Amino acid sequence: MSRSDSPFGTAPTPWRGVSFEERMATVDFRTGERAHITVDSEVCRSCTTQVCVTACPADLFAPTADGGILFNYEECFECGTCYMVCDNEGAITWTYPDGGDGVVFHHG
Amino acid sequence: MVTPMGPGPDEPDAFDAVVVGAGPAGSAAALALARAGRSVVIVERGPFPGSKNVYGGVVYGRVLDGIVPDWWEEVPVERWVVRRSTMMMTGSQSLSIDYRSDAWGAPPFNGMTTLRSRFDTWMAAKATAAGARLLTSTVATGLVRDGVGRVVGVRTDREGAALGAKVVIACDGVNSFLAKEAGLLPPAEASHHTLGVKEVLELPREVIDDRFGLRPHEGVDIEMIGCTRGIPGGGFLYTNADTVSVGVVASLPHLAESKVRPEELIADVKGHPAIAPYLRGASLREYSAHLIPEGGYDTMPPLAVDGMVVAGDAAAMTLAAGLWLEGVNFAIGSGFAAGRAVDRAIAGGDCSARGLRSYRADLEGQFVLADHKRLRKAPSLLLSDRVQQRYPGLLCDLAEGMFTVTNPAPKPGGLRVTRSAAARHGVTLRQLAADTVRGLRIFG
Repeated sequence: MSRSDSPFGTAPTPWRGVSFEERMATVDFRTGERAHITVDSEVCRSCTTQVCVTACPADLFAPTADGGILFNYEECFECGTCYMVCDNEGAITWTYPDGGDGVVFHHG
Repeated sequence: MVTPMGPGPDEPDAFDAVVVGAGPAGSAAALALARAGRSVVIVERGPFPGSKNVYGGVVYGRVLDGIVPDWWEEVPVERWVVRRSTMMMTGSQSLSIDYRSDAWGAPPFNGMTTLRSRFDTWMAAKATAAGARLLTSTVATGLVRDGVGRVVGVRTDREGAALGAKVVIACDGVNSFLAKEAGLLPPAEASHHTLGVKEVLELPREVIDDRFGLRPHEGVDIEMIGCTRGIPGGGFLYTNADTVSVGVVASLPHLAESKVRPEELIADVKGHPAIAPYLRGASLREYSAHLIPEGGYDTMPPLAVDGMVVAGDAAAMTLAAGLWLEGVNFAIGSGFAAGRAVDRAIAGGDCSARGLRSYRADLEGQFVLADHKRLRKAPSLLLSDRVQQRYPGLLCDLAEGMFTVTNPAPKPGGLRVTRSAAARHGVTLRQLAADTVRGLRIFG
């Protein structure tokens, strides 16, 4: 079985139908002015896997036409997945947002 | 390295201890110190305790017995877990081991579902009531060291102010930048971590009672294996008072390699025929994600350096051993032990790593490190290919073979059904026997 195929079929259910925007709209983000993620797109251009794009649960990373990575720091769960899975040292620099900024989980 | 510390930093406002992170580890550490009469401040980067935290989840309360007597009378509980189910699944099958206990629904209870915004706030309030100070919306941005490299405080993002202390207790979670700065954790090590993603879904309280066979205030904990498209990990479902938490944990490197998006794995679980009817008509209240340190004993950092100890997820204390998935109790146990060890070190005038070594000895003498050490080989067995990709389907087919009535053909017999199910999933009986022995050695 290919991992990209769901074994559960593709029949739409009311719950599968939650769009990503609706999903993210349920989360309380208090976006700060300082970007707590920076990406060195020069490094990303040499990256063949760009695994951050699919692994990030907030979908903050997008490949660009010239092989780089475009990213958002707003609406970040601050989980750390991106820098943990990154194959290229120095591509992603990640710190915590400033105190009080960023995601606020109410049902975590 | 082992030079005993002097009287402490010379700033007049120096604390006996600075605790970084107001999660259960940090609040337990601060509580222990405050009760011992030590001056202690907790630095929390979120606007309130728990605001950055996500878990499944269930808190197992036994660890609280010695810390907050009759804690169950005041803890912000959602439901008391009386049903514990382990579900092995394929796309169209499921086989559950489902245990129910009346005893778990009465004092002193076993496990409870609760939400971290409430539970962590409650724990932090215990610490502040005992005299600890809590600074929220404040990031500890780095360590302050003295001339010989001992940790003597933390820098913060509050106008660059530093907090001096005899000891820093790093309870700053799975990404612990303080443990990384101290050289205790590698900068990034995906293979020791899983990503947990969770949806909290709204359902009326009575609907939850009816669908899950629960009486008021009773809850269920369902753990799933075989629902993550072969990516090592599993699914979970926990009932809260008027919400249900459903989610998936997935091995980080395997998730990354698979290029499957995390929310797709939750959609699989929610759409499974054994789960979907539970959730009919539920609406999404909150989506969340968090990393989990699942490497266990062999991936834990050293627990102390001169002037600093590490507890909770920052020390990889989460127990992810398949049958047992526990984190908050390990955080509380390690944090409280850290606080007591720091008190002893201050009393003895030696806050070096040597002076702080009673911390580790304490943990080895109780469940925190005893369980981790005993189950040190569990994570690799449970995340192995056969357990993840073959056994759920094998066991489901075994159940199907045993329970499908084949009239007019006679019943096939257990050995034949087992052989056939094993062969269908590419497992030899020798491998099955070897894994059984391996499992017994770990869990027996």
